[in-house]
Amino acid sequence: MKFTISWLKEHLDTDASVAEIAETLTRIGLEVEAIEDRAAALSAFTIAYVIEAKQHPNADRLRVCMVDTGAGEPVQVVCGAPNARTGMKGVFSPPGSYIPGKKITLGKGVIRGIESNGMLVSEAELELSDDHDGIIELPDDAPVGQPYATYAGLDDAVIEIAVTPNRADALGVAGIARDLAAAGLGKLKPQAIQPVRGSFPCPVKVTLDFADEDRKLCPAFALRLVRGVKNGPSPDWLQSRLRAVGLRPINALVDITNFMTLDRNRPLHVFDAAKVRGNLTVRRAKAGETILALDGKTYTLTDEQVVIADEHGVESLAGIMGGEASGSSETTTDVLIESALWDPLNVARSGRALGINSDARYRFERGVDPDFTRPGLDLATALVIELCGGEASEIEFAGELPESPGAIDFPWSEVKRLTGLELPQAEMKLALTSLGFHVSGAGDRVKVAPPSWRADVGGKADLVEEIVRIAGLDRVASTPLPRIKGEVVKPVLTVLQKRTRLAKRTLAARGLVEAVTWSFISHDQAKLFGGGSPKLALANPIASDLSDMRPSLLPGLIRSAQANADRGFPDVALFEVGQVFKSDEPEGQLIAAAGLRRGTARLDGTGRRWDGGAKPVDAFDAKSDVLGLLSGLGIPTGGLQIVAGGPAWAHPGRSATLQFGPKGVVGAFGEVHPRILKALDVKGPLVAFEIHLDALPLPKAKPTKVKPKLALSDFQPVTRDFAFIVDKAVAAGDMVKTAQGADRALIANVGVFDLYEGPGVEAGKKSVALAVTLQPTEKTLTEAEIEAVGAKIVAEIGKRYGATLRG
Amino acid sequence: MTDIATLERDVLVAIDTAADEAAVEDVRIAALGKSGSISALLKTLGGMTPDERKEKGPQINGLRDRVQGAIAARKEALGEAALEARLASERVDVSLPVQEGPEARGRIHPISQVIDEITAIFGDMGFAIAEGPDVETDDLNFTKLNFPVGHPAREMHDTFFFAPDANGERKLLRTHTSPVQVRTMLAEAPPIRVICPGRTYRNDSDQTHTPMFHQVEGLVIDKSAHLGHLKWILEEFCKSFFEIDDVKMRFRPSFFPFTEPSMEVDIQCSRKGGEIRFGEGDDWLEILGCGMVHPNVLRNCGLDPEVYQGFAWGMGIDRIAMLKYGMPDLRPFFEADVRWLSHYGFRPLDLPTLTAGLSS
Repeated sequence: MKFTISWLKEHLDTDASVAEIAETLTRIGLEVEAIEDRAAALSAFTIAYVIEAKQHPNADRLRVCMVDTGAGEPVQVVCGAPNARTGMKGVFSPPGSYIPGKKITLGKGVIRGIESNGMLVSEAELELSDDHDGIIELPDDAPVGQPYATYAGLDDAVIEIAVTPNRADALGVAGIARDLAAAGLGKLKPQAIQPVRGSFPCPVKVTLDFADEDRKLCPAFALRLVRGVKNGPSPDWLQSRLRAVGLRPINALVDITNFMTLDRNRPLHVFDAAKVRGNLTVRRAKAGETILALDGKTYTLTDEQVVIADEHGVESLAGIMGGEASGSSETTTDVLIESALWDPLNVARSGRALGINSDARYRFERGVDPDFTRPGLDLATALVIELCGGEASEIEFAGELPESPGAIDFPWSEVKRLTGLELPQAEMKLALTSLGFHVSGAGDRVKVAPPSWRADVGGKADLVEEIVRIAGLDRVASTPLPRIKGEVVKPVLTVLQKRTRLAKRTLAARGLVEAVTWSFISHDQAKLFGGGSPKLALANPIASDLSDMRPSLLPGLIRSAQANADRGFPDVALFEVGQVFKSDEPEGQLIAAAGLRRGTARLDGTGRRWDGGAKPVDAFDAKSDVLGLLSGLGIPTGGLQIVAGGPAWAHPGRSATLQFGPKGVVGAFGEVHPRILKALDVKGPLVAFEIHLDALPLPKAKPTKVKPKLALSDFQPVTRDFAFIVDKAVAAGDMVKTAQGADRALIANVGVFDLYEGPGVEAGKKSVALAVTLQPTEKTLTEAEIEAVGAKIVAEIGKRYGATLRG
Repeated sequence: MTDIATLERDVLVAIDTAADEAAVEDVRIAALGKSGSISALLKTLGGMTPDERKEKGPQINGLRDRVQGAIAARKEALGEAALEARLASERVDVSLPVQEGPEARGRIHPISQVIDEITAIFGDMGFAIAEGPDVETDDLNFTKLNFPVGHPAREMHDTFFFAPDANGERKLLRTHTSPVQVRTMLAEAPPIRVICPGRTYRNDSDQTHTPMFHQVEGLVIDKSAHLGHLKWILEEFCKSFFEIDDVKMRFRPSFFPFTEPSMEVDIQCSRKGGEIRFGEGDDWLEILGCGMVHPNVLRNCGLDPEVYQGFAWGMGIDRIAMLKYGMPDLRPFFEADVRWLSHYGFRPLDLPTLTAGLSS
């Protein structure tokens, strides 16, 4: 919403400066977005008199002028303008002033040997027009020494405010003035509107043709004819106001409706009565009806929209835009002026459906003052008669104005209860009454009736807001919020929240870089990772590749890895911890942690290096990451099973599923399936893991934080190595478990220290070498006892896997 | 006498000229070994008279001691030389680069870091962290929050919708984290103090908008929480978060359907050379919206607005991260460019705490 200071002062008697007005507007909730103040920019330029202009001794085209600037001695100025002459009045720019048209700050200078102490400027130099043929010439009566901007009427600052959806009343300059007056910035000028008496009946009748339940679509409709008008350009004052706020003057009749919209938040419509056939009917449109609107476009309507029709058909889109056919023009002599009330929701819906953003729609969907329907028509009529002449009919009025809602029962104490601010009752009452509220009753509890233009005010809290915004929010004192109990806070994070945080830190500490990728991915990608359900597809995605809620973090990470590779960074390690979607129910949203490594981005380093390296990542890097993550999260992995083979995204022979029992699957790791790489247009090597943090076992509640007692043995551990020849298909992990099971009391650890296939080992077989550590607890083991355990291990593994000791 | 002196000179020469430890050992065996020359002399002591022994004993023992000393000294000198030689041969080029460790390469995304910072501050004030689903119902995202159906304020949200179900109801992606406030009020009895950080979505994209972004909202409900408390919390938060001693804030009346009175909050700042500094200057920067929870919202959540009252606020996590750490553009937050993440991300163990400071 834009307006000028002079326009504001038509409604507000104030001496406040532009800065004070702007500051106050923002303080009371009408946030100033921009101030265009040409007077401030041109304040250095003053009106001057050229006492004498004579030829420059050293230059044919220059003149030396003695200039009376109205401040002290005459000033010598060298001027190159052809029109500089003795006795003229012009605009003087002193040294040190900034010339906007030239983007320079003027200095003192010597031009061809003659001193010059300023400049006489052209309109182009002040950016007032493109005229740079000569310096500005002013009439003889222009007052020397006065700021030029003031003289030229350029000191009318334009203020633009942002109006929140609840403040329809501030969409008119008069309403803004009311708010400022209430805030103590001046006095509201009386705005009584005299009804214009009609001298003949309105020849056009209006029917509101609605079913009972639709009456709210147009509660009231007022119409009158003004005949014998002479349309034409509107007067300067009206044109300059409209121009100042960015509107193009058209003709007096149209300009008056625009003026009423901006000045009073009262959108009107004018019909050329000569082009209206018969009476007007306000009704729902019939599906398929069309209208050529004033914006030059033809709209096809449905019965959701409300129209004003005559015998020809639709003439106007209710509350949104008039029709071309019955619009007013320079030749209009009889004009019908409409002032109506429309249903805000219907106007909003219709405007959206038709794609029309008009000033009328903007205002009707926020709500105009119903009680101003008739006065608005009177004011517009008076303006039409004043500017265009003519004779007004009586008002044709259909429907009825809605009843005003009841008064609000308001205890003054409510202000302190909600804001902590204690204000005198008199001040609170004054704030409300100066905003147009009617306060009745006395004492601690009163009745407050909101004015007709404040449909947004419906309860006590609204009144508190009105009082506090006028009193000033800066008066609300900052008050420490007491702690609920105790002084040291209790932990507030849930297990899942803690695990989410810890997962991020753990993975970052493993050298992975945290990414945050979109929650939505393409439908094809979603399907590849087990998603793509219609329930999780957006009806209005922002782009076709951001259409489905992600079932996994991996597609986003994999695509990101490739994007980095395309930028020249092929060796990346990324992770994300965030939501994935299994259904559209709250419990279908899980927290996943996923990581990937591409190229040579291994834990111990990346890329080629002098001590080796550049080894491509493999499934074990992903395994190490996921087990490192579980360890970092403090999840006991005693019950964790690593089952060969992973989900569809993984290479079936180079992946595994992580589970705590068959029903406790928590995730998977492995090399990304070549088919997935191809489908995502991505190059490997690429390994990844993903686990669901929600699926991890919860820690057991314990009565104390005491750790289990540490049992240290006094006896040295002993290590024995065993190399087995087994079929290639035998899982080394199973052999380790079997070895561990051979003597649970004695065997502290089993490691795989060598793996070999090739010459010396039969084809189809492999050599797996285990290092078994025995930890005696009661006495040093004898060689025979060690041998016995070793024999048991060999026997168990031999029996179970067909293994033999390597010779 | 002469024999002993000669022998001593010869042996000492042999020790001094021995080239390595093995040669010294040879000399030792030749002199002090079982059949060594000095051992032979020592053996003669047994056959001497006491007087002779008194005279010769110290000479011969002295000889033995001096030779032993010389051998030990020579051995040590040779050992030192050998160690020096070994050390010289073992020299490595310490200027060769080592691999950057994982702790140097890993990064935490600024959004995670800022959420941790916010959690540290509000956690200290006794706020819990409430979370809710991204896929929400129209009821929780709008209706319960006092957005009338068809109201222009609803349109301002550029909502992402899912297809309608059999009943014609369509779910949506939450446009703010406010539905988490509703869920909290429906599930818990006051007093309530929660913050709700999370992902939010609007169908909008330009330099300062992405279709997905992050918000954190706060909610306090009890029987006495008022605007003054809200002001205090936000002032304390801003000082703590931006790590400055003083902050000047401006509360402007504004409008949100779910609060009444509603305010927007600006923070005073200076802008010098593209850098924003808080606590100085004469510019204002909008950082958050807030207000007293609307009585309709309280009622919709089963709380009597005559008994309970409270306030809520909300701000963009990405936005305050940009303000604090100076990222000029929002879009790269979600592009996973390792160059950006390495530069603007945080080291794995940069854990924000109030005791050690939020940032290092």
